[in-house]
Amino acid sequence: MGAAIRVEHLSKRFGRLEVLRDVSCAVAEGEVVCIIGPSGSGKSTLLRCMNGLEEASSGQVFVHGVAVHDRATDLDTVRREIGMVFQRFNLFPHKTVLENITLAPGLLRGLTAAEARERAEALLAKVGVLEKRDAWPNQLSGGQQQRVAIARALAMQPKIMLFDEPTSSLDPEMVGEVLAVMQALAEEGMTMAVVTHEMGFARRVADRVLFLDEGRLLESGTPAEVFAQPRHERTRQFLSRVL
Amino acid sequence: MDAEILWFGWFRADIIQEYAELFWTGLRMTVGVTVVCILQGTLLGLVIGLARLADARHAVAKTACRVLLRWPATVYVSFFRGTPLFVQILLMHFAVVPLFLNPADGWLISGDLARDLRQDYGALITGIVSLTLNSAAYISEIFRAGIQSIDRGQMEAARSLGLSHARAMYHVVLPQAFRRMLPPLGNNAIALLKDSSLVSAVGLAELAYAARTVAGAYSRYWEPYLTISVMYWLLTLGLAWGVRHLEARYGRGDSR
Ligand SMILES: Nc1ncnc2c1ncn2[C@@H]1O[C@H](COP(=O)(O)OP(=O)(O)O)[C@@H](O)[C@H]1O
Ligand SMILES: [Mg+2]
Repeated sequence: MGAAIRVEHLSKRFGRLEVLRDVSCAVAEGEVVCIIGPSGSGKSTLLRCMNGLEEASSGQVFVHGVAVHDRATDLDTVRREIGMVFQRFNLFPHKTVLENITLAPGLLRGLTAAEARERAEALLAKVGVLEKRDAWPNQLSGGQQQRVAIARALAMQPKIMLFDEPTSSLDPEMVGEVLAVMQALAEEGMTMAVVTHEMGFARRVADRVLFLDEGRLLESGTPAEVFAQPRHERTRQFLSRVL
Repeated sequence: MDAEILWFGWFRADIIQEYAELFWTGLRMTVGVTVVCILQGTLLGLVIGLARLADARHAVAKTACRVLLRWPATVYVSFFRGTPLFVQILLMHFAVVPLFLNPADGWLISGDLARDLRQDYGALITGIVSLTLNSAAYISEIFRAGIQSIDRGQMEAARSLGLSHARAMYHVVLPQAFRRMLPPLGNNAIALLKDSSLVSAVGLAELAYAARTVAGAYSRYWEPYLTISVMYWLLTLGLAWGVRHLEARYGRGDSR
């Protein structure tokens, strides 16, 4: 009980390709869970099933008890409570930084323009890009864009944040600034599921680490357990390549 | 014949002067029909373009989308792009319009009103309806291609914030697609302007019709047809300039 996200016997197929095979896991309230694994192992798909961007082939996904896998569920309402940050930022290029952030709260949270703006500026200050509020996304560095994307998701005041390889398309010198924002968020008690290849971040920040391989969940434990004493040979091989 | 207004000995400007009123009326008709048909064709084209992309989560709704929206829209586009506009105009004028507006048994309007309408506005109705339906088919393809050219991540980012599909379309995808659609929409508008001359065949008093009237009266061809050529040319140049202006204005901030 008390699970923010609960995944039960989740399987996902794209045509004949089995991407997730009977995955069960949970993210507790306030917990930070890092999902690691080789490329193509189904990490993104697992994350996207959590907010219904992908539909489960079978199995169940509950977010705060609401059945995301159920076609009768109004996903729009569920998604307001789950922020998502993408590998390729996906900022809206035709809107300024500020407009990117105020769009959803203005439409969905009933904020006035002034309130939405105020909230956006506070978040921009928090992620350290306030001075770019009136810039266009393509005028920002990758690290700045990703921090704006985090602010955009936070502006809906979600209870859960999903991150899909948020630093994988960044130049190395910008990885740190984005991870720092994420770590601060974790320390504030945000519930987070983070797909990442940053093992240092997982070790430092995660409460639990999940290892996914060919659609199967092979490990689930504290960073110490998974990194120091992996139960599967596949995990050992993977870790020896990335550490 | 006034010798002073003979240019180079062969261009009789006096004919144009005499019929200036007719050319002026024709110009207004051409521009009016073009503008009305661009606006209507854009609206209808957006609807058809969205119908061709319609999809749903539920199995039943999915089938309904396919059978009730995607297939009819596909057939519509295929027909209007696959047959000559000239034939569509003739079909509309002599077959379809009489079906709807008929003194005897019109599907829409009968009696004297139907007769008067067809007498006074028959060619105009034909022109506006045919050009709208035809350009909507082309515009729907422009919309569809424009929408499909927007990175999937844009829709996903908007949906992940909790926006409905319709709102994500309206606030995020369509504005970006619109920028990419401006050049082809401009080309389409230019084509429509030129194609409106075909409606002169059923008697719509636009530019080409004016030229034909003058040519018939004097058995002179250079004067009227060169005159309307220059007028069409200026109009298309103006349109092209307008589209470039819009592109410059709305092109900001677009990366990718
Ligand atoms: N929409 C899709 N259609 C078809 N195959 C997909 C789709 N999305 C992902 N896949 C496939 O599913 C597998 C797992 O993808 P993904 O979840 O993105 O892996 P990861 O994030 O771990 O790299 C890959 O083989 C990928 O090609
Ligand atoms: Mg991935």
